[in-house]
Formats: sequence, structure tokens, C-alpha cells
Amino acid sequence: MNQAKPISFDYKKYIALLLFILLVLVTLYPILVIGLNAFKSPQDYASHGPLSIPQGLYLDGLKNFWDRTSFTGKLLNSAEISIIVAVLGVILSLFNAYALGIGKIKGRAFLLVLFLLGNFIPQEALVYPIYYLAKLVHLYDSKLAVIFVFIVIQSSFGTYLLSSVFSGFQKEFIEAAVIDGANKLQVLFRIIFPISLPTLMVLFVFYFIWTWNEFFLPLILLVSSSKQTVPIAIATLQGQHNMDVTTSSASALLGILPCLIFFALFQRTLTRGITTGSLK
Amino acid sequence: MRKKNSLQRGYFLYLLPGLIGFTLVILLPFCITLLASFTKWNGVNPPHWIGLANYDKAIHDLKFWAAFRNNLIMILAMTIAPTILGLFISTVLFDYISRKFSPSLALFFKAALYIPQVLPVAIAGVVWKWILNPNWGSLNTTLNAIGLGNLASNWLGDATTALPTVMVIMVWFQIGYPLIIFMAALQRVDQEILEAAEIDGANWLQKFLHVTIPQIRPEIYVVIVTTTIYSLKIFGQIYVLTRGGPGTATIVPSYYTYQALFEQANVGYGSTIATVMTLIIFVLTYFFIRLQVKQEG
Repeated sequence: MNQAKPISFDYKKYIALLLFILLVLVTLYPILVIGLNAFKSPQDYASHGPLSIPQGLYLDGLKNFWDRTSFTGKLLNSAEISIIVAVLGVILSLFNAYALGIGKIKGRAFLLVLFLLGNFIPQEALVYPIYYLAKLVHLYDSKLAVIFVFIVIQSSFGTYLLSSVFSGFQKEFIEAAVIDGANKLQVLFRIIFPISLPTLMVLFVFYFIWTWNEFFLPLILLVSSSKQTVPIAIATLQGQHNMDVTTSSASALLGILPCLIFFALFQRTLTRGITTGSLK
Repeated sequence: MRKKNSLQRGYFLYLLPGLIGFTLVILLPFCITLLASFTKWNGVNPPHWIGLANYDKAIHDLKFWAAFRNNLIMILAMTIAPTILGLFISTVLFDYISRKFSPSLALFFKAALYIPQVLPVAIAGVVWKWILNPNWGSLNTTLNAIGLGNLASNWLGDATTALPTVMVIMVWFQIGYPLIIFMAALQRVDQEILEAAEIDGANWLQKFLHVTIPQIRPEIYVVIVTTTIYSLKIFGQIYVLTRGGPGTATIVPSYYTYQALFEQANVGYGSTIATVMTLIIFVLTYFFIRLQVKQEG
């Protein structure tokens, strides 16, 4: 319909475009300004302010922060915890949903609500007992405790999501396989797993990023510096007086960068996942 | 018949690891928190049963009310503003930018506006704190440089500006979530009805209010319920930005719980605040389930 209009200069659409560019700039301003100042020397910042182009490429801020926090170790901790949680969380969700969505075992509705509540329950209501019990079994200040806790917490979302996806599956598929002599494990890995692989990938990406970004429980459970994750290391170092302006900016940039890389890699999966997660 | 029963039993085995994990990490800890809320307990000595005394204390605790009041105000920044802005931005992207320019440009804008959502909340907080630093932060420096120095202030350190500042940050943080959900929902909207409305002389706003919004109502509800639940859980941002201060200006239930549990070793009272939070979230979850059931039925 729009094409049918007589051709004339449509200034309105360029105003809309301009407004959107402005909106994007405002949204990304914090990230841009951090990126700009991470490469400045403190003197450069003091004399030219936050919005100037760096006078030269100053990498000492990044390097100092990296060395002082042993940032490589923090990255490895975050990666280790997030990958293990994502893999085992997906498997646990798959098992739960197999029993609830395909097996339709007794008390299915009740159990589904239970998992949904597990997904929504505030960590504030779990943290002290988890901290206390972890101390009791000598898993306080251990990555293992964090991994175990997050596998369970994250998987309640996937259990809920996959169960409703599975309950829409054609029964005949599975029955045919059972008649052919396949046992439950074979049905799970030869039929259910391949069909639901796209959803499992979405869950994997979500679990990974959620776990990477977690703050509250790791802050409580991981106290020694050598076990801390990236967000904890960066957040707890703020406000230390011996950190200059641009080093502080460099530290924030180092925290943001991995997430921007994930985002670039998994953008489509993420957006697809959010929309299926919201309505199913 | 017997075969069916044995089939069912076989499936239960797959639920076992999940149930054990759920019991250890969620059910048991929550029950302990619930019980602890009826006790006086410092985490070291044995807990001492005091009945409803913690709840009575909460009712008369100004900080408790300040925390929940701030949370209610925070819903404005985390639910209401992002939902309205998200509806507007997604419609313009979908109906206008996508048609007048190209769908890929609309997707680009959508992705750019979504970026704050993928950052760890604590690090996003660090970024904002850097910008808002009263002495050398880029906001005040810029205001000074362009001659608006009298607008510069101690954004997070002043009791009058702290909460509004945190709220603006939360809008920035949240906007991407409704945007993505609504962009997907808009693809479902029946174009024929929109065209029919246009032929009947409906303007853009009328079409938006009477055709588009009713059709994506399920998504709007989902966004409202989930973001309201999420608003009760903001800890990382407050921890990094203000620690609940100055005074109680930005205290929220989540941060107050943390203070009671780990700074004051008042586990009983901290558990009480956490229990109240949980109850509110369970009520909201109930509405969430009702919505899901309605949509499927």
C-alpha cells in the first residue's frame, strides 16, 4: 500500500531513522565510553576528560588489572563453572522432561508446578541454608558446590520448557520404536534427543550465559580469590582506593567483552529462545 | 495393562536425579529458611524458637517497609516503563522501520537495544558507577564541560537522586527483554484485520490500541508477570551501585535480606524477609500459571 503513494521525499522516515540511531547510541553509550577510556592513561583522562579520543594506545590499565586479579584464572573459573552447568543442566532437564512430558508419570501436574516454583523462587530464600549445608559437608568455598547448585536451579526452567514441548509429541513415534524393541534409554537418545536438539541448544546457551552472569550465590559461596568468577572479581574490586580511573574502566571493559562475544556468537539462538520460553 | 504400569515405573527412574537435586538445593533449603524465620538464630549457636516475633518485628520495622516500598517504585522502572516503551519501539520497528527501510535494519536496532540484557548485572552496575562518579565520572565531567555544571550532582550518593538514578539504570537494563518478546509477537498479528481497519479510516494509534494490543495481549501479560517477579530479585545492581544507601534510600528486600543474614548474623530475621519475598513471588507465579493455562486452553 505504501508503494502506491506518489513518489515524494519522505522526510518523516529519516526523522524516525535518526531517532533510532540516537536511541541506540544512548543505549550503547555506557559501553562505548568504557571502551574509549580503557585505553587512556590516567593523565590523558585528567587533562582531556572522558569523551576525548585517546592520545595514544595505553594498555597499562588493562595489563595492570589483568595481572593484579590474575584475570586468566577468573576467566577459567567462569568458563569451567558455566560449561559444566550448561552441559549437565541440559541433560538433567532432558531427563526430567522425558519422565514428565513423555512418560506422563503420576503427579505430573504437581511436579511441573514444583519445578516452575523452583525457577521463580528467590535465591535469597535458599542462600543461607545452602551456605550452611555447604560448610557442613566441607564444600564451602568450592566450585563444586556452585556447580551442583546451579545445575539444579537452572534445570528447573528447562524442565518446564521441555516438558511442554514434549507433551506435544506424536505418541505413535515412540510406540513404534518400543514395539521394535527399543528400551527407554534408546528411545531417549535415538528419537527424543535428535528431535529436540534445537531446543536443547537454546537451553545450553541460556544456561551458559545465566551461569556466567550469576552474582549472588557465587559471592556467598566462593570467598577465596583463586576460585572467584569474573563478575565477582570485578565487582568486589571496585572502590579499592589504589585503582585509578582508567584502570577501573579497563576492568569494566574486561567484564563486558566476554559477554559481547557470546552475544555476537549466539544472538539468533538467544532471541529465538526468549520467545519460545515466554510462551510455552 | 500391566505393561503400561511397568512403563510408567521405568520413567520415574529418569526423574530421580532431578528430584534428589531439587530436594537438596531448593526444597530443603527453603524449608530451613521458612523454619528459621520463626527463630532467633545467629548461625552459630542453636536456633531458639520465638514464634512470630520476627514477623511482628518486620511489621514495625521502617527499613522493612522502605525496602518493599522501594521495590514497588522499582516496578515502575522494571516493568511498567519497559513494557510501554517496548510496545512502542517494537511496533515502530516492525511496522515502520522494517517497511520503509529494511527488515535487517530493524533487526539490527533490536539487537543493539538488547545488548544491556546480556551483561552481568554486577558489571553493568560497575560501568554505571564509573560514569556516575561524582568527582571524575564522565557524566559530571561532560556536564561541566558544556556549561551545565550546576546540573552535576552526586547521583548515587545523594538520598534524593539515588533511587531515581537507579531506576533510570534499570530501564536501560530491562528494555531489551519486552522488545524481543513483542517483536516476535507482532509477527502473529493478523495483517488483514489491520488493513481492514485502515480501510475503515482508523489511524495509526487506533490500529495500535484496538487491533495490535488485543492480539499480543498474552505476551504483554507474560512480560508484566515475569519482570515483576524479577524486580523482587535485584541484588547485584544494588550491591554494586549503592549498597542500599544512602540511608535506606535504595534498600530493596533482596539486599536487606543479605545484610541481615551475612552482615548482622541475624539469620532469623533475614529468613523472615526472604520468606515474605517468596510468598509474594508465589502469588505472582500463581497468576503466571493461570495465564499459561489460559493460553493453552
